Amino acid sequence: MSRQSLSVNRRRFLQSTALGAAAAAGVLQAPSVLRAQGAAVKVGILHPVSGALSYSGQQGRIGATLAIEEINASGGIKALRGAKLEAVLGDAQSTPEGGNAEVEKMNGAGVAAIVGGYASGICLAASQTAARYDLPYIVDVGVVDSIVSRGLKNTFRFGPGFGVIAKTAIDNLVTINDQANKTAKTVMIVHEDSAFGAGLAKLLNTQLPERGFQVLETIPHPTPTRDFNNVVLKIKAQNPDLVIPANYYNEYVLLARTMQQQKVRPKGIYSVLGGAASSYKFVKEFPEAAQFIMDCNHWFDPKNAKALELKKKIEAKGEFYTYEVYMNYSCVLLLADALERAASADRDKIIAALESSTFTGHVMPYGPTKFVNGQNQGAAPVNTQVVGNDIQVIFPAAFASAKPVFPMPPA
Amino acid sequence: MLSPVILVPAVLNGLMTGAIYALIALGLTLIYGVLHIINFAHGALLTAAMFAAFFTFHWFGIDPYIAAIGLTPIFFCLGYVLQRFIIGPAAHGEDRNILLVTLGLAVVIENALLYGFRADTRTINLPYAFNVVEIGSAFLAVPRVIAFGVVIVVALALWLIMRWTDTGKAIRAVAQEKLGAELSGIDVAHIYAVTFGLGTACLAIAACLLIPTYYVNPSAGNAFVLVAFTIVVLGGMGSVTGALLGGLFVGVVESLSGLYLGESLGQIGIFVMFILVLLFRPNGLFGEHA
Repeated sequence: MSRQSLSVNRRRFLQSTALGAAAAAGVLQAPSVLRAQGAAVKVGILHPVSGALSYSGQQGRIGATLAIEEINASGGIKALRGAKLEAVLGDAQSTPEGGNAEVEKMNGAGVAAIVGGYASGICLAASQTAARYDLPYIVDVGVVDSIVSRGLKNTFRFGPGFGVIAKTAIDNLVTINDQANKTAKTVMIVHEDSAFGAGLAKLLNTQLPERGFQVLETIPHPTPTRDFNNVVLKIKAQNPDLVIPANYYNEYVLLARTMQQQKVRPKGIYSVLGGAASSYKFVKEFPEAAQFIMDCNHWFDPKNAKALELKKKIEAKGEFYTYEVYMNYSCVLLLADALERAASADRDKIIAALESSTFTGHVMPYGPTKFVNGQNQGAAPVNTQVVGNDIQVIFPAAFASAKPVFPMPPA
Repeated sequence: MLSPVILVPAVLNGLMTGAIYALIALGLTLIYGVLHIINFAHGALLTAAMFAAFFTFHWFGIDPYIAAIGLTPIFFCLGYVLQRFIIGPAAHGEDRNILLVTLGLAVVIENALLYGFRADTRTINLPYAFNVVEIGSAFLAVPRVIAFGVVIVVALALWLIMRWTDTGKAIRAVAQEKLGAELSGIDVAHIYAVTFGLGTACLAIAACLLIPTYYVNPSAGNAFVLVAFTIVVLGGMGSVTGALLGGLFVGVVESLSGLYLGESLGQIGIFVMFILVLLFRPNGLFGEHA
């Protein structure tokens, strides 16, 4: 005990001396800045920037860090005397264990909150670890519903969970199919086999038959998978009207390209959270494989000026404006808003501020922000379709920019 | 589900994947047949070769099939040097030392790759990677068809080298009777290194055939080497024909079990077969009886 307190004292002493020296130097140069600005608030930015999910993770990091840059450029957190946000970047290495290790490190570094996680598996593990330290955790994407149903007070999800997404997806699918004289009756689901894909497939398997669709087969595959020949052969043999993929970016692209290669062309490809189906990267790189694919996924509000401005900014950097970017961007803004209202970097106060958030400054097509058990009740997905070289919103009507093309015209 | 519309393409796909397995197993079985050691560094060397193929494409835009022409001799030399100056001297003539040295090499190579290139999964996009060849009702991807053809040619070339050249004869002599070969004036250390070099060269070719349709990360090679071990045991330790036929067979088994058991369980068929062979034909399907 005595040794520990001694070392703390010494550290404190060194810190205060250093601070004193800095203050003395500061007084000579810019006294007003030094007196005005609060200490920087550290924010953990956690993504899988290496490993199988590295592309999505890197995109998420771009969105989060850009939001931090913008907040700092416009004067930081005003309630904390213009305190700047300082990103503590973490790489979850595409595994839940990797996410945990980073949360421990971030907690050690003294972050006020963590934003990110991306994959459901990582979000589940990382938010649980953060809960041990009462560390506010804002889930950027992770759609598994158990993320917000474990009673963790520290965990908030701004985006929709897959329960809401599956329901919306099926409602919209029924509408689209009714408009096309109920042309689609049979369905095959191809999903990745971790928490996100398997959970979603289970939901679809119970809900689709209730709405008059017959699920011919449900095919799981691991992430990463580098060969979809067998999966596509099975689709070919069963010849379903609809194929519903639910997986991450690389596998989605490969599945779509293998279907194109094997000349398998169902009446529609209707993804629910398809990793690439509403990605500008996919559409630009493989326009033929992407053509007419529909998706129910996260999407920005196409009528929001801020969202369009952000799109320009991201594209000017030579990056694609994918959902990871604007969801993370919005989550960091949500946190900044909570910091303003909490007027403190204290973890409990931030959690209380998030609980009472009615944040509106985001770029998503959501209803009013209101957190119930950590889930934003306003969050909703959007239906998109690839038409030509662009992605159009086809549902909900309030945001739609095109009518659905279904069934797919023959090649 | 037994419709020929999917069965035929699944079997053909299996044969194509199996060909690459066979090539990797060929290198492994060659080294085993002559040096009587299991080369644990095989997977790490394959990963290294895949990185080499990836970066020759990524940095210089050289097509992997053309890169193979340059990478094969480079990896032959690498294998030669490894055996002659590291594995050989470090082993002090003891087989179990060789095992440990190759295991150590694997750890070093894998971690060096991890340090240099991080755990990222990388892929390349070739414009023709998704072109197909039509055979009846089956559409076969061009890179797989090329791979199949190349493996057959390489296996044939290897067989010719072993059968007709002086080096090949020396390799076979050392494999059969090391002391006798040494007494007849064959430089055993040199032949060991040449064999190791040939095995490693096979990996360079396999890597160039794999990279158009597969991904690379610092542990990518391990998935193949486990399968290659199975093939070597199945075909009979040290048998070149066994490795080739075993590889094709394993490819088909994997494809069909993937089709019927699902992608996540695709490789289960291989390992069930592995256990069955160990139980009932421990010398392999083509191995000589001990």
